[in-house]
Amino acid sequence: MATEAFKHGLGEAYKRKEDARFIRGQGNYVDDVQLKGMLYGDIVRSPYAHALIKRIDSSAAMQVPGVVAVITGKDLDAAGLAWMPTLSGDTEAVLALDRVHFQMQEVAFVVATSRYAAADGVAAVEVEYEPLQVVVDPKKALAPDAPLLRPDKKDKQPTNQIYHWETGDRAGTDADFAEAAANGVVVKQDMYIPRIHPAPIETCGCVADYNKATGKLTVWLTSQAPHVVRTLLAIVAGLPEHRIRIISPDIGGGFGNKVPIYPGYVCAVVASLTTGKPVKWIEDRSENIASTGFARDYHIHAEIAADKDGTVKALKVHTLADHGAFDAAAQPTKFPAGLFHICTGSYDFKHAFVDVDAVHTNKAPGGIAYRCSFRVTEASYLIERMMDTLAHDLGKDPAQLRLQNFIKPEAFPYRSALDWTFDSGNYEGALKLAMKNVDYEGLRREQAEKRARGELMGIGISSFTEIVGAGPGKHFDIAGIQMFDSCEIRVHPTGKVLARIGVQTQGQGHETTFAQIIAAELGMSPDDVDVEHGDTDTAPYGLGTYASRSTPVAGAATALAARKVRDKAKKIAAYLLEVGEDDLEWEPGRFFVKGTPGKGKTIQELAFAAYTNCPPYLEPGLEAVNYYDPPNLTYPFGSYICVVDIDKGTGQVHIRRFMAVDDCGTIINPMVVEGQIHGGLTQGLAPALYEEISFDDNGNILGGNFQDYLIPTAMETPHWETDRTITPSPHHPIGAKGVGESPTVGAPQAIVNAVVDALAHLGVRHIDIPITPWKVWSILKEKGLTAD
Amino acid sequence: MSTHHIRVTINGTVYEGDVDSRTLLVHWIRDDLQLTGTHIGCDTTACGACTIIVDGKATKSCTMFAVQANGRKIMTVEGLEQGGKLHPLQEGFHEKHALQCGYCTPGMMMTAAALLQHNPNPTEHEIRVGISGNLCRCTGYVNIVKAIQYAAEKLQASEQVPVSAGEGS
Repeated sequence: MATEAFKHGLGEAYKRKEDARFIRGQGNYVDDVQLKGMLYGDIVRSPYAHALIKRIDSSAAMQVPGVVAVITGKDLDAAGLAWMPTLSGDTEAVLALDRVHFQMQEVAFVVATSRYAAADGVAAVEVEYEPLQVVVDPKKALAPDAPLLRPDKKDKQPTNQIYHWETGDRAGTDADFAEAAANGVVVKQDMYIPRIHPAPIETCGCVADYNKATGKLTVWLTSQAPHVVRTLLAIVAGLPEHRIRIISPDIGGGFGNKVPIYPGYVCAVVASLTTGKPVKWIEDRSENIASTGFARDYHIHAEIAADKDGTVKALKVHTLADHGAFDAAAQPTKFPAGLFHICTGSYDFKHAFVDVDAVHTNKAPGGIAYRCSFRVTEASYLIERMMDTLAHDLGKDPAQLRLQNFIKPEAFPYRSALDWTFDSGNYEGALKLAMKNVDYEGLRREQAEKRARGELMGIGISSFTEIVGAGPGKHFDIAGIQMFDSCEIRVHPTGKVLARIGVQTQGQGHETTFAQIIAAELGMSPDDVDVEHGDTDTAPYGLGTYASRSTPVAGAATALAARKVRDKAKKIAAYLLEVGEDDLEWEPGRFFVKGTPGKGKTIQELAFAAYTNCPPYLEPGLEAVNYYDPPNLTYPFGSYICVVDIDKGTGQVHIRRFMAVDDCGTIINPMVVEGQIHGGLTQGLAPALYEEISFDDNGNILGGNFQDYLIPTAMETPHWETDRTITPSPHHPIGAKGVGESPTVGAPQAIVNAVVDALAHLGVRHIDIPITPWKVWSILKEKGLTAD
Repeated sequence: MSTHHIRVTINGTVYEGDVDSRTLLVHWIRDDLQLTGTHIGCDTTACGACTIIVDGKATKSCTMFAVQANGRKIMTVEGLEQGGKLHPLQEGFHEKHALQCGYCTPGMMMTAAALLQHNPNPTEHEIRVGISGNLCRCTGYVNIVKAIQYAAEKLQASEQVPVSAGEGS
């Protein structure tokens, strides 16, 4: 029976298809691409954070054996390519013309016959700089006497302020705060979320191959959104879009780092167009961290107005956002601060008001990345820190305060004070499960006993609400392109399936999970479904994989495309079985005549018939395409509980337990979901305790390589514990919500809340991340509590 | 710059070539021999994506010159599978979902192979110490630890040698 072949549909831990090549070392990453006659590019970068370029002399570099060309900003300017648009409506220098705006900015591009010759050429390019005053502090960038960092756009932006953006009900919020000041409680807290970097283990790079004979440009490129790259390249470089092919092959992690278009890509394309040869450019780690899409850098002031019993009324947030030298945040056009206004979190606020001022400084551009759906991490961090601060000020248990203020399960769909419509949720269900799993009451008793003995133990909670899956297209676009996504399914005559999707995997396992979606819809084994992605010549147009949008958007397109296939198969079944469509019933893998289960046709038989015995009134073949524009975003959520012990001798924070309860709606593959959660939690741990990119007063980057930028190893990472609740999305075809970023969004504040909780009885209210041993030890020292 | 003629046994096959003094071993393996399973993730010997086994020792091939490999026996990820049969580490990584993007995976497996060679039955802590020179950005390490435990059990049951192919030991 066909149904026996149907295994590993939705909800099963089907082992990953893509593993077969990776475990054999047969992945095909960009740097693995080798073409005949290929040249190598390398970049001359600025040692200064702010300087005028007085002179570039490439004559010595051209004498270096193997060097073929040196491209400067002036060369690009002649071709109209010195500047390129960013995804936030700014323009960014591809190669600096007369001024550099941040350390490691791209100044010239050397092309040579080998990596080594290109590096020799870079060393031989002479650049004369005249250093200018450097601004690294965004507050100083707003001072009246601050130097104007972007004179190139002084006509439309006369100061260093990029925008002021606000949303919410200011009057209603102010009224609630006035009332709380008189009869309730107001809590206030400043917090800084430092600049970090996604730092996938594979850096960014490309191989550009322009064929002069055919006029076709093929670019293998580390991109999370290859179709968008193709369209922007067509617009910016004036190349015909049908003669551009972007191939995003196996990608060694993305986390948002590989959404933007970087100068190195453009230079490699120009070099290939100029030389007629393939040109490879692969950045090294220092270049990756110092010059490509960073994340966070938000200076936040938040206030909550509440009743004396802790019932929250209003939230007020002011943020100063450091966008660096160019406004290049990769985010939907209409949302300059991304989805930051999800910051009312899981709580039933009546009013809220949020404003954000964004400024330029002499730092690298970027601003979204790091496994975060457009500033949701910043939003969730602030509200979860504020709820703990409120609990602390009122002397209430933070779990009880959350349970008291959660949006109730029956309130969904819920319209938030900042105008989002949350699709579904059961916040108290997730928190209560996490509390039960860790024996919350027992932990609190243990903490009291330890505190009496002078030991430092803390328990931190984070009950986050995520917002993922952009579109809808009428609200969300990238550079004008609406944020839909797509799937194309071809069922071959023998019943095997080839599917192509508009999103692109960087480790998420789409080749497995999307096969499972189709397998579940068509009642076949995912072994019989191959999923391709990342090649713009073959995949249907899509907006790419970031912001946890693959499953909510392309996953929906995939399910709906499969249903189109099934609908056509049903028509064929009716023809073959000589009954009306209404007389047919579906079970996984086949249609049969109602009441006569023995009389039926399997999906494989129907596929064969589609090519061999198709009804005369239907087009032959069995294929379908779906472009899906979601009606709403999805709102995954969860509750995390972190237990820490603090070493009084060193200030070291030891994570003893971390319980993560996630709810991402319907689960396609629990093994893959759990893997995503493990990885996401680790990228939540990282900024909480380890990672930070800071700068000295001259704009020199501190933490620009893996010696100084501390990615957690297996030693720092705890044994994550996971559990789940399942609250399907009501508007998604299979009820799925997306999960990749939830743990990174939810985890940092659980850890910070735990550390602050461990020290709260000493009067500690907040510690900015990363919470290094030095910061904790300094607090203990101040309190006279350091152990010998 | 001088060039050197080198002769290196990799995964049981003898490779010969002329290399510049400064050519890094990882570039020779990847670009000249086209054994691209060994990856590059940093320039400070910090990430371990380029880990291979040189004369039985886990070695970061970005921090060794090709000329230094002359006369040595090397095993790369391509040497793990023998006679069409996956190495227990490869099996374990697949079974326990210990990889996502796959980029750190070859280096991680080579480090693990050397670890199991020296310590056939490591504790979780010993595994975590053993792989602490290899960064993974996707998995959070939990399943990597499980995969190595899986391989350790399987190797012990079969008495197979963890590092055999290129003759590592």
